Amino acid sequence: MEAQYIYIGLAAAFGLFMAWGIGANDVANAMATSVGSKALTIKQAILVAAIFEFLGAVLAGGEVTSTIRKGIVDVTPIAGSPELLIYGMLAALLAAAVWLLVASRNGWPVSTTHSIVGAIVGFAAVGIGLDAVHWDKVGTIVMSWVVSPLTAGFISYLIYRSVQHFILRQEDPLAMAKRYVPVYIFFAAFTITLVTILKGLKHIGLHLRMQQSYSLAIGIAVVVAIIGAVIISRIKPDPKSEKKDHFYTVERVFAVLMVVTACGMAFAHGSNDVANAIGPLAAVISIAKSGTFEAKSALSIYILVIGGGGIVIGLATFGRHVIATVGKKITQLTPSRGFAAELAAATTIVIASGTGIPISTTHTLVGAVMGVGLARGIEAIDLRVVARIMVSWVVTIPAGAFLAIVFFFIFKTVLP
Amino acid sequence: MANMLANIFGSSPVKPLEKHIGIAYRCAKQLRPFFSAVIKNDWKKALAARDLIERYEHEADNLKKKIRLQLPKSLFMPVPREDLLELLLVQDKIANRTRDVSGLVVGRRMQIPETIAGQFLEFVDRNVDAAKQARKSVRELDELFTAGFRGAEVDLVSGLIEELDQIETDTDDKQAALRAALFDIEKTLDPVDAVFMYQVIELTGDIADMAERVGRRLELLLSH
Repeated sequence: MEAQYIYIGLAAAFGLFMAWGIGANDVANAMATSVGSKALTIKQAILVAAIFEFLGAVLAGGEVTSTIRKGIVDVTPIAGSPELLIYGMLAALLAAAVWLLVASRNGWPVSTTHSIVGAIVGFAAVGIGLDAVHWDKVGTIVMSWVVSPLTAGFISYLIYRSVQHFILRQEDPLAMAKRYVPVYIFFAAFTITLVTILKGLKHIGLHLRMQQSYSLAIGIAVVVAIIGAVIISRIKPDPKSEKKDHFYTVERVFAVLMVVTACGMAFAHGSNDVANAIGPLAAVISIAKSGTFEAKSALSIYILVIGGGGIVIGLATFGRHVIATVGKKITQLTPSRGFAAELAAATTIVIASGTGIPISTTHTLVGAVMGVGLARGIEAIDLRVVARIMVSWVVTIPAGAFLAIVFFFIFKTVLP
Repeated sequence: MANMLANIFGSSPVKPLEKHIGIAYRCAKQLRPFFSAVIKNDWKKALAARDLIERYEHEADNLKKKIRLQLPKSLFMPVPREDLLELLLVQDKIANRTRDVSGLVVGRRMQIPETIAGQFLEFVDRNVDAAKQARKSVRELDELFTAGFRGAEVDLVSGLIEELDQIETDTDDKQAALRAALFDIEKTLDPVDAVFMYQVIELTGDIADMAERVGRRLELLLSH
């Protein structure tokens, strides 16, 4: 009885630590695009992130959490000793959190998702046995790490090309922007709401029929688009700034759109990355409470709330500095380009969340930025940095795995 | 990992290039007060203008080096890096020629013959105009990048370059007329002075030539 509380206490502490780390670092990347393009101030970005990260985690975070919690480790070989999974999940959480801390202190570009998946696979393969890993599922996840940045890049390429074609290359870009940007707002709101409704809402016990889902998504998107159109119609050209930059007012129109995609980005991030912290936590709690593997037990909402809350705390305490630093450095990503990257990344991530695949938000965003670059939208992309990021994709997995194995054996000896 | 996203963006050469042409133009613009002072034989004023020219030329040079350093080969850009470096080089030459011609005049304490003085000042003005038009064209660079080098913005820049070409043709005509005028009076001048006067005209005319080459380079970017 006593041991259970120790397990749950430790898991909650590590889970919060991890969520805090995600909020402090990962979220900053997701929000910095909006701050860098001056679509949002830092305060607004934190507010948007806090609300939509939380909503994303609670409304659409269920599927990925299930995957992390029970999709990677096959528990049949250890059916007799459920405590092994508890040690393992604790070890994985701590390993990923420590590795993230070390990496971000050194400025290494690593992904939370890669760390936690590497850590779980590591402890399962070495601590329990190679059979204990659902290799087919892990294969799918690793494949998705290649596919998700490519998909996001492809989508952002198409979006930005359409922006160039319909708006930026026209005689009167401002008039065109005012005409088409509400349409983009509609699509941004529609995609994200629809995926959430189709895939996420069943976790909070809401079941809608297909037709209802589509009508609801269209309804919400229309409302958002109308609000956007009203705000846009109030934007008046500023001749003084226009003289320096003909696209000055056009970018201000896009900034309205970017507020919408920033919400989408925060939502998407919450829906996918919160699972990295609470997936293992949920696994530990369910085993510790029942003493067995209850594969069918549903995820309690309050665990999602813990994860969402941890992220918001991390964001508020530390993330604001990161947002400020990154935002200042990415001024090349003006609203017209930034929205394309954000919308593409958010769409990709939300779809992955719906399917329950944990992907890296930051890497998906990098893919999306490259897509805009390929559409000749970005003045200069440093390919050396891109190469370094690719290397980090590979390095993080064994690093997380190694740490998890070490912690696993320590916990196995020390804990009751 | 926070730095990763930020560092993907190399430092864009666009704004620095626009700044550089601005400095080059300010340098060339000093030729107006400079030659006015020289003609009035007011060497104090002329030297003051010459100081400014040297300062701007220096500034342009430093910026040129800085831009080059921040354009490593690993950058992925919508237009070839070489074309941007070439553009930078000809922009810099506007400042260089300004320095050369003012240096020559100051070094020899040259007198502009009174009969051609008015005509000469007009010629200088037109060259400075060419530099100004080059600046106007290069300042469209960020808009060109935004529009991805296609569409309405390209037409606008093509128009600016066309105007630049007209100004340059005009300086050529003025240069020919000026040489003819100098030829008419060269017998009355000290032979060495006459030779160097031809050279001053030549060097001054180079400024419009360089401005025109800035236009050519921009045109090359448009064709990508």
